[in-house]
Amino acid sequence: MYTTELQSAPGQKAGIPASAPEDPVKLAAFEARVAADEFIEPKDWMPEAYRRTLVRQISQHAHSEIVGMLPEGNWITRAPTLRRKAVLLAKVQDEGGHGLYLYSAAETLGASREEMIDALHSGRAKYSTIFNYPTLNWADIGAIGWLVDGAAIMNQVALQRTSYGPYARAMVRICKEESFHQRQGYELMLAMCNGTAEQKRMAQDALNRWWWPSLMMFGPRDDNSPNSAQSIRWRIKRETNDQLRQRFVDVTVPQAEYLGLTVPDPALKWNEARGHYDIGEIDWEEFYAVVRGEGMTSLERMKARRDAWDEGAWVRDAAQAHAEKRQRRAAA
Amino acid sequence: MTATSESLLVPFALRLGDDALILGQRLGEWCGHAPTIEVDLALTNLSLDLIGQATLFLDYAGKLEGKGRDADRLAFRRDAVDFTNCLLVEQPNGDFAQTIARQFLYSTWQQLYLNALADSADDTLAAAAVKCVKEVAYHARFAAEWVVRLGDGTEESHRRMSAGLDWMSRFVDELFEMEEADRALLAAGAGVDKAALRPAWDAEVARVLKEAMLEALPQRRTLTGGRLGRHTEHLGHILSEMQFLQRAYPDAVW
Repeated sequence: MYTTELQSAPGQKAGIPASAPEDPVKLAAFEARVAADEFIEPKDWMPEAYRRTLVRQISQHAHSEIVGMLPEGNWITRAPTLRRKAVLLAKVQDEGGHGLYLYSAAETLGASREEMIDALHSGRAKYSTIFNYPTLNWADIGAIGWLVDGAAIMNQVALQRTSYGPYARAMVRICKEESFHQRQGYELMLAMCNGTAEQKRMAQDALNRWWWPSLMMFGPRDDNSPNSAQSIRWRIKRETNDQLRQRFVDVTVPQAEYLGLTVPDPALKWNEARGHYDIGEIDWEEFYAVVRGEGMTSLERMKARRDAWDEGAWVRDAAQAHAEKRQRRAAA
Repeated sequence: MTATSESLLVPFALRLGDDALILGQRLGEWCGHAPTIEVDLALTNLSLDLIGQATLFLDYAGKLEGKGRDADRLAFRRDAVDFTNCLLVEQPNGDFAQTIARQFLYSTWQQLYLNALADSADDTLAAAAVKCVKEVAYHARFAAEWVVRLGDGTEESHRRMSAGLDWMSRFVDELFEMEEADRALLAAGAGVDKAALRPAWDAEVARVLKEAMLEALPQRRTLTGGRLGRHTEHLGHILSEMQFLQRAYPDAVW
């Protein structure tokens, strides 16, 4: 799942000093390549700020996939049928797999997985705000597939043409899996909406809770998104937050109507002149609070990740120690 | 197949299904909490295989039974006393070493068992065994490799691996117990001679423990009863979590 820009200035919050001015000739050549829609590859020259922006964005994206395993993992042991359990296991496994290739894509830029994970656990790196919301009923699993993966796809389809080659190629594969997840999520919602009154209530409750956080996944409004212009110029981003958000709303509202659910926005209205839906104001205070780590499950998510890491330290140490022993024996 | 042996096949298929279901459920508890992402994915993968196996065997049990119960009905609407999984698979995950100990002892047995079942006179069971044993061969290898890494890793991992094996060793003998129904089904050519699997199992376990620099399994008093529906306290909690939605909303279709 995609995470939007959550840190205000490239590198600075992660403690990386501002870089020296770039060589203007190299910079001009780089910018010309990007403008011509060429892919930049790991060994190519690139401006330091480009590298840093990418490491930040790709690692945030990777962290989001890994933290994103938790809200859905919360229902694996309670999935209501064997088929639903298998589908959910496979889905969460896909998210973990996405995390792995994204960490690998970031490693091509010189960041190590260890450093990135440390940045997550120490709170320096961010992950998508959406995973700081709780999964409270079974329909939440459907709503996450439908809305959260649906929102992720809007971002990620655009990122298949991002300027950094390894990231773009990772996106191609990830998009295929995410669009499958989105359809599975919608199918689950459909079963809930065609089910008993209690199931339909769960579905409406899930939409009520996940609608606004899904819209927040696209990040701040364009007039308040300081890094967007540079990222678009470097074709790290291909479309603005508001453009992507609008597209998501336009696609999703008719899907909610088909389910017979009510989108929890009294201001939602089709605007004939614009050819788009108008929506009410997003609660940005809530968004920034969640970015700061003040969401409903922010502390639980971070604790779960840190605990998994800390409690697994002896396992990683053992694997390392064993590999070294083997090497020594082979050499002897 | 005679009517008698068909009635023997129902509990037989149920046991296979229950083992896979409960172990798959236990492994699912790890999701998002494993020591590395790679291990997380591997444990989820095992869980996914086992849930698939459970579906296969429970569906077959339901079909043979002829009371209109499908795999979901059997998984989500029976109480502990009607579950016939072995006690080993319901044991808690504990730390990663305890999980690996359980997996190693069980998968090593399951691989031998399914290999033998592939020769069953019952075509459905034989075909299912052939399909599942490919998955289980990987489970057994994965677990054995980790037994070796942990046993022959650090002092701490060695201690934890020993403790995990110690906990699980009490439930090993149950895997090889032959009930009357087992003998009857074996006589009909459809069952498996579990007792006959023991020497191969002992040899494989000894081989891996030796490579892992671990002591032989401790001789502890055997605990048994799972095949007869007499379980440890753990199973009731597994079921109360797993069956929650189906119990709370019995009319819902999911």
